[in-house]
Amino acid sequence: MKAAAFDWHRPTGLEDALGALGAPATRAIGGGQSLGPMLNLRLARADRLVELRRLPELRFAGVEAGVMRIGAAITHAEIEDGAVPDTTRGMLPYVARAIAYRAIRNRGTIGGSLCHADPAADWLNAAFVLGATVRLEGRGDTRRLAVEDFVRGAYATALGAGEVLAAVELPAFGPSMRWGWNKICPKVGEFADAIGAVVVDPSIGHCRVLVGAIEARPVLLSDAAALLAGPGDDPLEACRAAVERAVPGRDPVFVHQHAVALARAIAAMNAHRP
Amino acid sequence: MTSSSPTGIGRRVLRKEDERHLHGRGRFIDDLSFPRLLEAAFVRSPIAHGRLRGVAVPEGARGRVFTAAELAAGSVKPITARSTLPGYQVSDYPPLASDTVRFVGEPIAVCLADSRARAEDLAATVEPDLDPLPPLADVATAKASDVRLHGHWNDNLFIHLKREADLSTVASRAAHVVTREFRMARQSMSPMEGKAVLAYWDDQRSQLVVYSSTQVPHMIRSGLAECLGLELAKLRVIAPDVGGGFGYKCNLMPEEVVVAWLALTLRRPVRWIEDRREHLVAGSNCREHHYRMSAYVDARGRLLGLDAEVHVDSGAYSVWPFTACLETGQIIGNLPGPYRMEAYRCHVYGVATNKPPFSPYRGVARPGVAFAMELMIDAIARTVGRDPCDVRRDNLVTGADMPYTNIAGKAFDSGDYPSSLDRVKTMLDHAGFAERRARARAEGRFIGLGFATYTEQAAHGTSVFASWGLPIVPGYDGATVRLAADGTLEVKVGVHSHGQGMETTLAQVASELTGLPIERIVVTHGDTNETPFSTGTYASRSIVMAGGAVSKACEVLVARAKPLAAHLSRSTPGSIRLENGRFVGDGGELGWDAIGEAWYHRPERLPRDAHTGGLEVTEAYKPAVDTGVFSYASHGALVEVDVDTGQVKLLDYAICEDCGTLVNPMVVEGQTIGGAVQGIGTALFEEMPYDRAGQPLASTYADYLLPGAAEMPTIRIEHVETPSPHTRHGIKGVGEGGAIAPPAAILNAVNAALAEFGVEFAETPLTPRRLLAELLPRRRVRRAEPAPVPDVAVVGGGGA
Repeated sequence: MKAAAFDWHRPTGLEDALGALGAPATRAIGGGQSLGPMLNLRLARADRLVELRRLPELRFAGVEAGVMRIGAAITHAEIEDGAVPDTTRGMLPYVARAIAYRAIRNRGTIGGSLCHADPAADWLNAAFVLGATVRLEGRGDTRRLAVEDFVRGAYATALGAGEVLAAVELPAFGPSMRWGWNKICPKVGEFADAIGAVVVDPSIGHCRVLVGAIEARPVLLSDAAALLAGPGDDPLEACRAAVERAVPGRDPVFVHQHAVALARAIAAMNAHRP
Repeated sequence: MTSSSPTGIGRRVLRKEDERHLHGRGRFIDDLSFPRLLEAAFVRSPIAHGRLRGVAVPEGARGRVFTAAELAAGSVKPITARSTLPGYQVSDYPPLASDTVRFVGEPIAVCLADSRARAEDLAATVEPDLDPLPPLADVATAKASDVRLHGHWNDNLFIHLKREADLSTVASRAAHVVTREFRMARQSMSPMEGKAVLAYWDDQRSQLVVYSSTQVPHMIRSGLAECLGLELAKLRVIAPDVGGGFGYKCNLMPEEVVVAWLALTLRRPVRWIEDRREHLVAGSNCREHHYRMSAYVDARGRLLGLDAEVHVDSGAYSVWPFTACLETGQIIGNLPGPYRMEAYRCHVYGVATNKPPFSPYRGVARPGVAFAMELMIDAIARTVGRDPCDVRRDNLVTGADMPYTNIAGKAFDSGDYPSSLDRVKTMLDHAGFAERRARARAEGRFIGLGFATYTEQAAHGTSVFASWGLPIVPGYDGATVRLAADGTLEVKVGVHSHGQGMETTLAQVASELTGLPIERIVVTHGDTNETPFSTGTYASRSIVMAGGAVSKACEVLVARAKPLAAHLSRSTPGSIRLENGRFVGDGGELGWDAIGEAWYHRPERLPRDAHTGGLEVTEAYKPAVDTGVFSYASHGALVEVDVDTGQVKLLDYAICEDCGTLVNPMVVEGQTIGGAVQGIGTALFEEMPYDRAGQPLASTYADYLLPGAAEMPTIRIEHVETPSPHTRHGIKGVGEGGAIAPPAAILNAVNAALAEFGVEFAETPLTPRRLLAELLPRRRVRRAEPAPVPDVAVVGGGGA
């Protein structure tokens, strides 16, 4: 399949991009690693694509007062390679390293991935468990949304017409921040069958445990602290019960895979206890 | 065997074709450009079975959209693959569907534009008017249904092959009857380059030139000539660089006929490139077998008799030229494998369903039969309480038995099957494995060893194919060798090389005979105007057949050159010897360059009685025994099963193979590894599922998983070299073998690793989901301890 014809707009800056995005049948494109195949398969259509990946306003990363900001056009590979600062004690590079294949990581962007909102995507789940905030830029208007409010469902976000996801911001993690991440893939490079993740930082009161790759928005466990405090003598069974509560009505293999991912994430975090 | 020529037979020389491929300078059909080229896109059926009442073509698209009506007006014939096997029912495979569609993806109309994207724009505006018919989406439905897939048929069977035997004697003596079901999933062949066709009319030669991504250019020429009603002399087929074939590119495809007809009719170049989605949805499939088998064995597990009922989901149409019979014929002939037995009964059904046509894929039926037979051997071993290797070994035909004609009439020519098994056991430290397994188990890890032994019938020729009565029966393979004036050598063959490295290995054969280094030898293949006839590259035949033909032609060329060498060097004719590529006589010595120079440029130097055939020789070859030569191998897999994730990791993989004389060990290793990777795909990843409506459920590689580099173990290979008594240089074929054993070896290893759970897997691919679905109920609720379930549950059943 070849994409239907479209125009390509390379904006001079964010303002120009936002202006162009106001037009009908116009879409923003980041690295194109999701939208590209969808255009080729003609599952997505656009008369005009606005390229974001070169915009200087989206190509920054930095830490200010402990808050890390990552421009939307930063690629997975740049995060993997440590080309941007990291306040997550290695979690972001760790997650980046296992996204698809290097060829995809070279072009795919964190902002593009979040806007695509595939429920099995790594950045979506990482953003949830890290408690990320996204900064959305419109014409003369800036919004900040918690990622839970930004992602409304599978492939559905709160991004408005004419808006661009400009940056991802993380909480100001301290030295007590710890994390565990586990994903189960049918093979290297594929989207996950199950993701389990945990991020804890007592210094800022952060404690999130996530069950992801569930064909819908990932679930943050409401009883996270309890699960981490006392998994008992059978962590896998405790995780299985947690998954059944969080994602009810699924078949035993689904529950089991997510319980395993979760138990392994927690175990990985505990193994690296400082 | 090592040659006297530094680039001759047996030498590990680098492949000549690597230079262009590693630099991205290969020339595939999508790389070609022609003025006024039109690109084609096909309108395809969205439903599996339906009556086609018409095709609505928008106003203004006249001359750019073509349907069966236009083809009929042009007298284009359907693709009809005949066979003389009794009971075979013929299907007419229309290049564009005329009144019925029989699978999702079947071509209905073709649209032309100056780019593929615009051709697809046009295709989106064409609307087929379809009345759904009941879909025959699987073997059981098709066998039971009153609906006929092809109107004139008696039932929905392409073929029902029978081999009867009285099993009562072995039944009365058997200590055990071991009964199992085995299932291998439907697969897509997924060559790196899909099918591609480009055709144009050559006014200079008055020829239709068809570039086709094919393994078999000469057969495609014959097939196209038949469908188009064109004289062969007016048809030239060129296969340029081809990105893998695996059997898929033996088929004459409907799209190929349509593109050739368009170029002939419009007198404009037309191209169609199969894209990945078309390949996955509409390309022919492979592998889907179901076995119900009983083995009659004595108390030690010795096979007395075998009873099997096998079903193949053959899809909607019989492919040309190999028909729906080839797979079924290979099943019934190869199921007994390398084993001795006294009685063998087998029924094989080739069932027509509303799926893409079934096509032979690397290994042709043997990955399926080896899967069934090798899992059966392990099941027998469990039944009699012995090590599977011991039971396997006790049943194998031995070196002392050779030559040996087995129960199915296969004439094994040479080799020592048990020794290949012994060597793989050593490679994987079978002797120390119990201890290693106990250590792993103590760490909560589940590891297992599994084995499989098979034969690979290669280069089976005239008598075999004639017995199936296929449209074209392979016979003699041709080769032309031509010495140029400067002493370089051109070799032209009718087979095609698309990853097999034959531009190198055939040059090595010529180097062996002439003493010329392969750098001075150029191999041409894949152009029917340029090369002598061959049915092409399939059935692990080309190095045997074309290698033999090149050898024979070079032998004649040397014989022709010797009198010239004697005359030119003032030697007595009997004294001329060819040493290190130079003719040495009692009067002096000279090289091939002096021979070429004299013949072409300085004829005054030639003897009066020089052979007027010149320095160009065409010879044809087939082995004296044409029932095939038998390569063989044993594979061993060491796996670790993660009982929490259901994932199977290949920790080690060992192969001991014997393909007779090794022309180039590195090429043999490359072929073996490539095949083994595809076999690993069959074992663990690849599946083309369909729903009950006959809709394909994997239309991109997000859903159809191929094995990747990260999943591959280091595949270790040892060679045994038993030359075939039947062929020139003792060469056997090796192209397919690697793909045959992995599903069997890997599933046997998994079953060994999980033996304590009392589960026996018997279905491919063994995905984490399939594995966990069976394992979870058998595990204690807590931890990874096995539940006390002593009975073996066989997984992979389900009636056919």
